[in-house]
Amino acid sequence: MIDWLHQPMTFGTFVWMALFAVLLLVIVLGFVTYVIYFERKVIGWIQLRHGPTQVGPFGLLQTPADVLKLLLKEDIIPKLADKPLFILAPVLAFVPSFTVVAVIPFTDAIGFTDTNVALLIYIALSGITILGILLGGWASNNKYSLLGGMRSAAQMISYEIPLLLSVLGVIVMAGTMNLRGIVEYQQQMGVWFVVPQIIGFLIFLIAANAEMNRSPFDLPEAESELVAGYHTEYSGFRFAIFMLTEYVYMFAMSSLIVVLFLGGWLPPLQWVPGLQFLQAVPGIIWFLLKFVAVVFYWLWLRATMPRFKTELLMKFAWKVLLPVSLLNLVATALIKAMV
Amino acid sequence: MIRTEELTLNVGPQHPSTHGVLRLVVTLDGERITHVEPVVGYLHRGTEKLAEDLNFTQIIPYTDRMDYLAAMLNNYNLVHAVETLMGLEIPERAEYLRVITMELNRVASHLVWFGTYLLDIGALSPFLFAFNERETILNLFNELCGARLTYSYMRVGGVKWDAPEGWLEKVAQFVQRMRQKVDEFHTLVTGNEIFLSRMRGVGKYDAETALAFGLSGVNLRCTGVNYDIRKFKPYSIYDRFDFEVPLSEEGDCYARYMLRLEEIRQSLRIVEQAVAQIPDGPIMAKVPKMLRPPKGEVFTSIEGARGELGCHIVSDGKDRPYRIKFRRPSFVNLQILPKLAVGLSMSDFVAVLGAIDIVLGEVDG
Repeated sequence: MIDWLHQPMTFGTFVWMALFAVLLLVIVLGFVTYVIYFERKVIGWIQLRHGPTQVGPFGLLQTPADVLKLLLKEDIIPKLADKPLFILAPVLAFVPSFTVVAVIPFTDAIGFTDTNVALLIYIALSGITILGILLGGWASNNKYSLLGGMRSAAQMISYEIPLLLSVLGVIVMAGTMNLRGIVEYQQQMGVWFVVPQIIGFLIFLIAANAEMNRSPFDLPEAESELVAGYHTEYSGFRFAIFMLTEYVYMFAMSSLIVVLFLGGWLPPLQWVPGLQFLQAVPGIIWFLLKFVAVVFYWLWLRATMPRFKTELLMKFAWKVLLPVSLLNLVATALIKAMV
Repeated sequence: MIRTEELTLNVGPQHPSTHGVLRLVVTLDGERITHVEPVVGYLHRGTEKLAEDLNFTQIIPYTDRMDYLAAMLNNYNLVHAVETLMGLEIPERAEYLRVITMELNRVASHLVWFGTYLLDIGALSPFLFAFNERETILNLFNELCGARLTYSYMRVGGVKWDAPEGWLEKVAQFVQRMRQKVDEFHTLVTGNEIFLSRMRGVGKYDAETALAFGLSGVNLRCTGVNYDIRKFKPYSIYDRFDFEVPLSEEGDCYARYMLRLEEIRQSLRIVEQAVAQIPDGPIMAKVPKMLRPPKGEVFTSIEGARGELGCHIVSDGKDRPYRIKFRRPSFVNLQILPKLAVGLSMSDFVAVLGAIDIVLGEVDG
């Protein structure tokens, strides 16, 4: 697939690319469906419960049933809401979430773009989602929604900065912003970036968590404080789209972490003699394994941690994460210049 | 210059963190609270007025429904007042059964508090762990009196049912298990940095303020005032047991959290001793069929799960009270909320409200 991107486009490659894009859409939707199931199961096990068991074998049809229910519900728009904005908000939040998936290379052959600014595209597009959330909070004409939207905007803007700065270390080392190039650099280096860039990795994990609005950074929808935050007034299909956005970002962010820090499709421990046979396993399997581990981490965190409070959240971003990520960048640059 | 406006936010009566139908009219400046006005009464059933038309045994089920998380203590609160007024002598075994059930109920109530409080501050799992243990207590009560929440177990003069065979052994086993669980809760929650940052120094007040607001229970003891009625004015047979009153000087949410968990431990100690000492014998004193306390007044108070639980009865010698008044600790404790809330953010506000530990059935009476 990647090869096609470097050839002149023919009708044949166009059709194939379009088909693969549809396939990716289906995969992402399938991921969302089953990550919700997986989340409920994992959290259930952590909490000494079973999770869904009733709908379909092992409860496997629970999420499809839930989604169906949401789709069939009456579409409610509050009377005093700003109608055009209320309708626009979920779309604005949702479209970028799918777009960012395009920049992620799943293996050296499977990927939809091969651009030198992949990371920038990701960060820039995901920024648009904040607009959708803020708009949703504003247009609902509900005070809880407004507070949720406000928190969300403040949080996502604050955490985007350490998010980007923590990746700069990786970019400085690899010398490219091309995500495939970053993985290839890790292959040459022999170790994944999680080792030399451990500080960057940790900051990225925390900031990514805040970007995704997931517990313990789920302040924008803090149930016990703001009822449901920015989507309090949303129901049915529009609510489903907000939820979908959240989980698609989980897909994208987990993929990005795998690519940036965990060596993408590379097999592990290649510097250990005798483990070279691991290369026989297809790269996509390695990618998926790492991906699932990262996804599990989000779910685990959600079942374990209490929520941050607002002031601390901001303090943490600006006074801890930002200086540390800057230091990490400077240190990386110095070491790179000396070696 | 930007013109800013304050935001009036109606928190409740349907809101996830008001633990029932409490309504709070909150004025916000950004996310900072400038004014809070609790509006109570959504669950008011007029228990005290209704009780004037009921004889004393008939009032017992109504007390179940006040603090429905600690119904045993409410039952006892009423029968204790009537017994004091009548000057009844209670059989030993009944007193022991009362102490065991009351302390178990205190543990159950604190477990609900622990679970829901952590839910308030955003941790999901401890709630399930706490309810798992509470379930054991509810099952024990179910076996004893056939009800899980509204027990109506106590009677004037004793208790309704004797412990079934093997019940006391089960209680003893539970005590052992619960001890480990308290340690587990501490490892699970107490050391968490996020948790500490939300607890330490939040909702702080001193002993003077606490006394001025008439706070009792953990809300008072967290400021260092050693006032536990079980020790201060021992009732029932509490003077026979060896236990401590956990105290703290901090006066913040963290102190209240630690004290409640410590109280679970102390209650378990009492239960353990009571189970070991309990004698055989009758469970009901000889009381007349129709209870007619002599003319007069009585005020008794006991240490409820949430504070000083009092009962004031005015009797005119008939089989029903002339006037009955319950001192409901949740209602009194809630009064400090508007004072504490000023200047807090919504996140802290939820933590402070939760730490007061109110039950709306009791607040509204």
